[in-house]
Amino acid sequence: MSKDISIKDNLTKGFFRENPVFVLLLGLCPTLGVTTSAINGLGMGLATMFVLILSNVVISLVRNLIPKKVRIPSFIVIIASFVTIVDLLMAAYLPGLHEALGLFIPLIVVNCIVLGRAEAFASKNPIGHSAIDGLGMGIGFTFALVLLGGIREILGNYSIFGFKFMEADGILMFILAPGAFLVLGFIIGFFEWRKLKKA
Amino acid sequence: MEHYLIILVSAIFINNIVLSRFLGVCPFLGVSKNTSTAVGMGGAVLFVMTVATIVTFLIYNYLLLPLNIAYLQTVAYILVIAFLVQVVEIVLKKVSPDLYQALGVFLPLITTNCAILGVAILVVQNEYNLMESVVFAIANAIGFTLAIVLFSSLREHIDRADLPPAMKGVPAALIMAGILSMAFMGFAGLV
Amino acid sequence: MSAKDSSFVSMLITLVVVTGVAALSLGFVFKFTEEPIAAAKAAKQMRAIQGVVGDYDNDPLAESFIICKEGELFQKCETGDKTSLTFYPASIQSELSATGIQTYSEKGYSGRIEIIVGVDQEGVIKNIEVVSHAETPGLGSKMSSPKFKDQFIGWKLEDQPIKVKKDGGKVDAISGATISSRAFSDAVQLALEAYNQSEQ
Repeated sequence: MSKDISIKDNLTKGFFRENPVFVLLLGLCPTLGVTTSAINGLGMGLATMFVLILSNVVISLVRNLIPKKVRIPSFIVIIASFVTIVDLLMAAYLPGLHEALGLFIPLIVVNCIVLGRAEAFASKNPIGHSAIDGLGMGIGFTFALVLLGGIREILGNYSIFGFKFMEADGILMFILAPGAFLVLGFIIGFFEWRKLKKA
Repeated sequence: MEHYLIILVSAIFINNIVLSRFLGVCPFLGVSKNTSTAVGMGGAVLFVMTVATIVTFLIYNYLLLPLNIAYLQTVAYILVIAFLVQVVEIVLKKVSPDLYQALGVFLPLITTNCAILGVAILVVQNEYNLMESVVFAIANAIGFTLAIVLFSSLREHIDRADLPPAMKGVPAALIMAGILSMAFMGFAGLV
Repeated sequence: MSAKDSSFVSMLITLVVVTGVAALSLGFVFKFTEEPIAAAKAAKQMRAIQGVVGDYDNDPLAESFIICKEGELFQKCETGDKTSLTFYPASIQSELSATGIQTYSEKGYSGRIEIIVGVDQEGVIKNIEVVSHAETPGLGSKMSSPKFKDQFIGWKLEDQPIKVKKDGGKVDAISGATISSRAFSDAVQLALEAYNQSEQ
């Protein structure tokens, strides 16, 4: 019984309470960089989730075999390998999305979420839990990116997931760099406001 | 010469690494609470970014490409950067304790600064030669320092402003970064 | 959680094993994806060519040739580099119907842009497709929208130099993205010059 709760909890904590972007403020570079549209946000979120789950599983698997002092370099190599795999697979099967996300795919390596979960969770927990932790955090990250990308796309291009709902040009500023900072600022403000209201 | 000047100006102002490319946002928000730490971080980034770009450039062109294993780029680069940060730390400690005092605390943070890896990869994407790469790295480090120092002095002011409690701290900082980014867009016609 | 002790040998072995396994598995994935990646690239190229030359029954990719600029002259050459153009001749029953010209400009807002310009036998533009660019999303990226690129259809070199209105030409620039529009026009101009010269 208690195990069920912990799995559910493990899975959903990334959504609001421990949302990696809005609450923990991790991985802001890709969050700001790729969210010019909802679909880009979704693609980046799923790519990161893939890396998160697999690196969590592998790191959890080898956690007792790796000497303490070389822990971080080993984790980084494992993560970088999965990132390269995602990079190659996307180039082969989703070339359009691969081009849109560009530089930010290799940069998943330095996304603090991935190394952070490896170090804080996967290196101390069994495989099953680590996989679910990766999935939960991945869902939270994807949710954040789709939300931000969606808002920017709606305001900046009057469309959502590529479907235009108004025949006009949109408020360009939201697609451009400043819009990313502004929208993210207000979303984090909203999360803070929720937290303050509860307390 | 003019060519290098264009790389320099566009990397500092037009495609500013933080405000327009969104690389290095974490330290940008993290260590910009006061101006002196911001300057320290800028110095550390300048140092590591230049060295890392030169080393990764050589590795890519004289090791990965000839051996036809360019797909190992990400793995190789991140290891080189992590290794370099350690070496820089050790060397700095021995050679210049003063500089180490100033930059020491920022060095470990740099491994996960995506600006470093980002610039190293951009150099390959833009097909720069060694000299262009060095100029590009220095220019981006200056751009990073400029953004973070400007931002830190703004933050010192806004910390004292009367804001709604939910917007205090990071939200306000992000909105300010947005406005700063708008201001930088004004440089667009420069080149 | 009993992590292993860190002796020098155990650390070295761990690192060697980890990087070794990583490199091997990446090598495997690379071999596995090498073909699909090349196929995806070729398919994209093919779509762009199809988009600009209209109907054909030959293989423009196989019959393509490279044109280099030497001084003021455009000449066929063996190997291409960053400054060369590629011609994709499309023909119907062995008669040339149109040519796709892959051209470029280094003066984009974020560096190089590459486009394919389709021209008929007279050197009149049939259509243009964007192959690659790194321009700002929402601004320069609009160069691939029909609203901008379709204005070039029907133009030829003799009309006048292809330039944005600001520079005395007749190209309507994308608002807020004069630099991208200028680079695009440069690339089109280059393609037309190369085509007209190679005809003579």
